Amino acid sequence: MPIRLLLGDEALAQGAIDAGLSAAYAYPGTPSTEITDYVLRSEAARGAEVHCRWTANEKTALEAAIGASYAGVRAMASMKHVGLNVAADPFVNAAIAGAHGGLIVNVADDPSMHSSQNEQDSRVYLDLALMPCIEPADQQEAYAAPAHAFDLSERLRIPVMIRITTRLAHSRATIEVGASRARNPVGPPPDPQRYILLPAIARGSYQDLLSRQPNLLAASEESPFTRFIEGEDETLGIIACGIAFNYVREAFGGDPPVPTLKIGQYPIPERHLGKLLDRCDRILVFEEGYPYVEAKLRGLPARERPTILGRLSGDLPRTGELTPHIAAEALGLDRLPVRESSSTPEPRPPALCPGCPHADSCKAINGAMDGHTLGRVFSDIGCYTLGALPPYNTIDTCLEMGASITMARGAAHAGLRPALALIGDSTFTHSGMTGLLDCVNDETPITVVIVDNGTVAMTGGQASAAENRLEAICTGLGVNPDHIRILDALVSKHDENVAVLREELAFEGTSVVILVRECIQTARRKSRPSAGGAS
Amino acid sequence: MIRNSILAGVGGQGLLSIAAVLGEAVRRQGLHLKQAEVHGMAQRGGGVQSHIRYGDEPIHSDLVREGTADLILSLEPMETLRYLPFLSPDGAVVTNSEPFQNIPNYPELATILEEVRGLPNHRLIDAAALAKRAGSPRAANMVMLGAGSPYLDLPEEALISGIETVFAGKAPEIIETNVTAYRLGRDAVTSSGGTP
Repeated sequence: MPIRLLLGDEALAQGAIDAGLSAAYAYPGTPSTEITDYVLRSEAARGAEVHCRWTANEKTALEAAIGASYAGVRAMASMKHVGLNVAADPFVNAAIAGAHGGLIVNVADDPSMHSSQNEQDSRVYLDLALMPCIEPADQQEAYAAPAHAFDLSERLRIPVMIRITTRLAHSRATIEVGASRARNPVGPPPDPQRYILLPAIARGSYQDLLSRQPNLLAASEESPFTRFIEGEDETLGIIACGIAFNYVREAFGGDPPVPTLKIGQYPIPERHLGKLLDRCDRILVFEEGYPYVEAKLRGLPARERPTILGRLSGDLPRTGELTPHIAAEALGLDRLPVRESSSTPEPRPPALCPGCPHADSCKAINGAMDGHTLGRVFSDIGCYTLGALPPYNTIDTCLEMGASITMARGAAHAGLRPALALIGDSTFTHSGMTGLLDCVNDETPITVVIVDNGTVAMTGGQASAAENRLEAICTGLGVNPDHIRILDALVSKHDENVAVLREELAFEGTSVVILVRECIQTARRKSRPSAGGAS
Repeated sequence: MIRNSILAGVGGQGLLSIAAVLGEAVRRQGLHLKQAEVHGMAQRGGGVQSHIRYGDEPIHSDLVREGTADLILSLEPMETLRYLPFLSPDGAVVTNSEPFQNIPNYPELATILEEVRGLPNHRLIDAAALAKRAGSPRAANMVMLGAGSPYLDLPEEALISGIETVFAGKAPEIIETNVTAYRLGRDAVTSSGGTP
C-alpha cells in the first residue's frame, strides 16, 4: 500500500477520488478549504474527469451535488460549519428527497473558533435532517470515510454527512492509500418522483425516511468507524467521538482499560451505548464541539445512575476544542510537571498584510465617515474584517456572510445615517446580491462599498465568483449607474476616494462604490518566483 | 519512542515550509507522523504554531501534550515564550533572536532574551545574519531548521532531501540557498559547544 503524507482534509479528498467521485463543489471556508483545493490540483481527479468547482456559496454547492447525485454519479459538497447554515435548506430537504448516486456533505467544524465567528456543532443538524454521519477519528479514517459514506448513501438512498473538526482537517499524517474504483455511469433515479417535494409526495417521502431510520441505526452499530472496547474495571465507562478518541488513547498510551465506546458514525449506536449504561457507574463523554451525546445521555432531568460526566457536568470545559492535556486531566491520570506559562508575550492577533488594498480602503472609509458621529460601518466576513482592529477601527459590525448590506438597510430604515456596508467581492456574490436587490427595490439610503481584491483571500486565494462582473451585477440588479462608482484602492488616490465616498454617503438612495486592487498575496504569487521559504 | 516538537513563529515567516520539510524527512525514514498546522485567519501576521510528533510507533494525538515537547523551535523570540508549558523538563529551546515587531505593545527585547537565557537548554540564533550569508533573507526559516536539527533525531540527508523535495520546482539556486541556510544554522549550533 502506498504511503502518503496528507492533511485530514486532503485524506478525505483522496478517499473520495479513490471511491469513484465524479463531482465536487464547495465554497472556501476554514477549516474545510483544503478538501477542494486538493481535488482541484489532484492529477488523479483530473485523469478521472472529476468535475470540481468553487461555487458562489454553500447552498449552490450542495444543490449542484444533489443534482449530480440525481444523475446517478457520486458527488460531494464541502463547507465549514457556518456554511452548513447557508446550505441548511437543501441539506434538510435532500434527506427527504434522498440520494441516487452516492452523496456526501463534508462539514468541517471549528471548535475554539480559530477562524470562525462561532463553534456550532454540525451534528445538531443530524437531528433536524434525520441524516447519518461519519465522524473519522484520524487521517486514515478520513481517507476511508468517503467510500463507506458513498456505499451507505447508495444502499439506503440518503445523503451522508462527514463531520471533521479543525485539528483533523489541518493535521498531516502518514496514511496508506488503496486502489481506486470505477465511477458510476450516468442515469437518473428509477423512482424520480421522490425528488418532487410537493406536500402530497413529501409526506410519503418523509414516512419513507422515517422507516429507514432503523437501518441507519443498524449501520452505525455495525460500522467500522464504531468500536466497543471491553474493560474489566467498570467503575468508569468512556465515550469518545471522532478525534476525541485519539486524546483518550494518548492518555492511556493505547486502548483504555475500561469499557469504551468510540463513536464514529451516527445516529448514535444505541446498542453499544446500552452496554455501557448497564455496566458502568460513571460515564465520561469526550466530544469535540457541543455536548451532543452527553446531553442526550443525561436526559431531563439528569439521570441518577450512571452519572454522566462531560462538558455539561464541568468535568471537561464547556467550550473550546479538546487537547491531550485536558483529556488526561479529566481521566485523572498521571500528572506531568508543566512549566508555568510566561507572562511576557503579548497577544499577536492577525493583521492585514503590509501593502494590503483593504488598508487603503479602510483609511478612505475613515476619511469619509469622519464627522458623521451617528454613521456606522456594517461589515462582513473576510480579510477586511480585520479593519475592526487598530489602527483602522473602521468597522462596527461583523455577523455572517452578507449581513453588512442587509443590516445597513434595516439601520437606514430606522433612521441611522449614513449607513455604510463594507463587503468583499466574493462575499458579495456569496450572499450580498440578494440584499442589494432589496435595497434597490425601495431605494434604501445606504452606500455599499465592495472591496474587490479579485479573490477569496482569507482562505488562500481561491477563485472569486465575482471576477470582472461586479459592475454588471450591480447594474443588472437595478442600481442607478450614476451611483456605481469604481475607484482604485490606492493610498495615492486617498483624497479623491474620500471625496467620492462622501458624495455617495450624502445621496439619499442606494449607491455602490467599488474599490479595486488585487490582493497583495495573489499579486505576489503571480509576479515573482518565490525566493525562499515563506509559506 | 515518539519525539514531540513545537514550531512557533508569526504568520508569513515560513513556518509551514519548515513543517513541510520535516514531514517529508520523517516520511522518508518510514516513521509514523502527525503534524498539526494553523491555516486560515491566523496566518495573516498573527502568532502561529505547529505541533510535530513522529516515531517508530503509532501516534494517537495530533497535538503535543503539555510538559512533553522535546523541542521548541521558534522563528521569533516572543513567540518562543508563549509555548513554554509544552516543554518537557529537559526539552530544548532553539529560537531566532531577532524580534518580529508588528504589534504596538511588543515587550522589551532584553526581557524576552533574559527569559530565554534562563531556560536550562536554550540556543539563540541570529537567523537573519546567517540567511543573508546563505544568499537570501527569506531563508531564515531554513537557518532555524538547521539550528534545530541536532535535536530532531533525524539523519541530515533526510532533512536535506526534504528541503530539495519541498522546494522542487523552484530555480536550482533557490534550492541551493535553502540548503546552505540549513547548513549554516546547523553549524551555528554544533560549533558552539558540540553536538547536544
